[in-house]
Amino acid sequence: MSIKINHLTHIYGADTAFEKKALDDINLEINDGEFVGLIGHTGSGKSTLIQHLNALLVPTSGEVLLDGVNIYADKSKLKSIRQRVGLVFQYPEHQLFEMTVYKDVAYGPGNLGLSEEEIDRRVRSAFETVGLGEDIYDKSPFELSGGQKRRAAIAGVLAMEPEVLILDEPTAGLDPRGRDEILEAVKKMHEMRKITVILVSHSMEDVAKLVDRIIVLSKGRVALTGTPREVFAQVDKLESIGLAAPQISYVFAELRKKGYDVPNDIYTVADASEALYRFLKQVK
Amino acid sequence: MKMVEAKNVSYEYTKVVEVKGENTERKLMALDDINIDIEKGEFIAVLGHNGSGKSTFAKHLNALITPSEGTIWVDGMDTKNDELVWKIRQNTGMVFQNPDNQLVATVVEEDIAFGPENLGVEPAEIRRRVDESLKMVGMDGYQKDTPSKLSGGQKQRIAIAVILAMKPQCIVLDEPTAMLDPVGRHDVMETVHRLNRENGITIILITHYMDEAATADRVYVIDDGKLVMQGVPKQIFSQVEKMKSYGLDVPQVTETAYELRKMGIDIPEDILTVEEMVGAVCQLKSTI
Repeated sequence: MSIKINHLTHIYGADTAFEKKALDDINLEINDGEFVGLIGHTGSGKSTLIQHLNALLVPTSGEVLLDGVNIYADKSKLKSIRQRVGLVFQYPEHQLFEMTVYKDVAYGPGNLGLSEEEIDRRVRSAFETVGLGEDIYDKSPFELSGGQKRRAAIAGVLAMEPEVLILDEPTAGLDPRGRDEILEAVKKMHEMRKITVILVSHSMEDVAKLVDRIIVLSKGRVALTGTPREVFAQVDKLESIGLAAPQISYVFAELRKKGYDVPNDIYTVADASEALYRFLKQVK
Repeated sequence: MKMVEAKNVSYEYTKVVEVKGENTERKLMALDDINIDIEKGEFIAVLGHNGSGKSTFAKHLNALITPSEGTIWVDGMDTKNDELVWKIRQNTGMVFQNPDNQLVATVVEEDIAFGPENLGVEPAEIRRRVDESLKMVGMDGYQKDTPSKLSGGQKQRIAIAVILAMKPQCIVLDEPTAMLDPVGRHDVMETVHRLNRENGITIILITHYMDEAATADRVYVIDDGKLVMQGVPKQIFSQVEKMKSYGLDVPQVTETAYELRKMGIDIPEDILTVEEMVGAVCQLKSTI
């Protein structure tokens, strides 16, 4: 599903003492099947923006088009929009409530009036996508590790078979292993299901590894957009809006400042080792 | 002077597990024969993946739990001695991951005054402590603010101020920046370092962020309840393979240096910061 956002502005508490413009004339296009990273510091408007994409919030002005259709045009369709655009909130494991992990994931599709077989198919397929095996189906959510709980919660949204999946800070608070598990699951989900994925994060390293394109929000506006290479090449600009590039990008920015001819678009360890090797060995 | 001394500390707990349809109790070791010495004024980082036992260790430091075996002394006080519990908790404050769980009042200064009020401190002294604590965390002027209206990093610094008002010698922080954005993380880390440097407060930082641990005086790595590595950050992080085997990361620059060494480049293996990396590369370049 493609998403188009035209002149979207959102003001909280309009005409009160607490009036705050959270989004300021946002224009964006996200293509069908694209994997996008949405980055910005706290208060930049990222959560406000994603809540517009499945109509949890109504714009103060502007519009959001899903496959060319304005999502607010017909209020009776809002429920189907929320099914098509799945939103995984921060700390989604807090939403687990059923006695068993299987029942929890089956809860959403169970409310769609599907047949038992179809529900079972969806649940199994969702578990498979996030990398959880049958051995955990009958466990209580409390028996899972932090990373497993979070993957179970994501499976619950996936079982609704959304066309767009939005994940808000899916790795927050996890250790490196849990973080890698989640990111691996998200990557697999994008590859297997060919759905549009929007990953909201302030971890540059996480985003850099996965996405096709990065959108940087600052003060309710789109500050930068481009491939990870293009965005991380602008270390100074990222710093100026309170964001950090991956640590290794700074090494290359510093070397360039010293007048050395090294690439400016390095953000992974693999690329960095390769580039520094070439630089030190003088091979082109 | 020792701030913390842990001698042969083990912590055992019972978990009910289902085996072939029947519930059986199984004994598990969250901490297994830990020996740690922390001097006053040190900045210590504790690393370990989820479930490694590092939070269990942290909870021992102010007697929230006590060892099943072995002894922990905090500033010379045995944590198993019930009469000393309150003194220990006043001495060693804890900051947790989520500041929302720690801040209870509707106004910042009331939150900070809560602790000293319970100690029966004079009102004038409370006023002084509240203002001084806020100054120490760089939040002076927020006395009358509402905690819920502050950013994550600001809230976490208020949580630290709450503890400072108790005049502790040691602060234990259990993943204090896990929920914060880069600016919030930076502000909290800067505050913690300043408290260590300028006020001599012993800091014990439990974290997943390797760049934070890299700034500590010494690092402990806990895996499966056991203390598996200890040393200065350079000793710890230069062991890239070993760190990865414990499910931990090393800073990007350290890993890059490690890769370069594998490619035959003679670069130091204990690089931790961007400056060190840039310095090492420039030096190598000038000698080629």
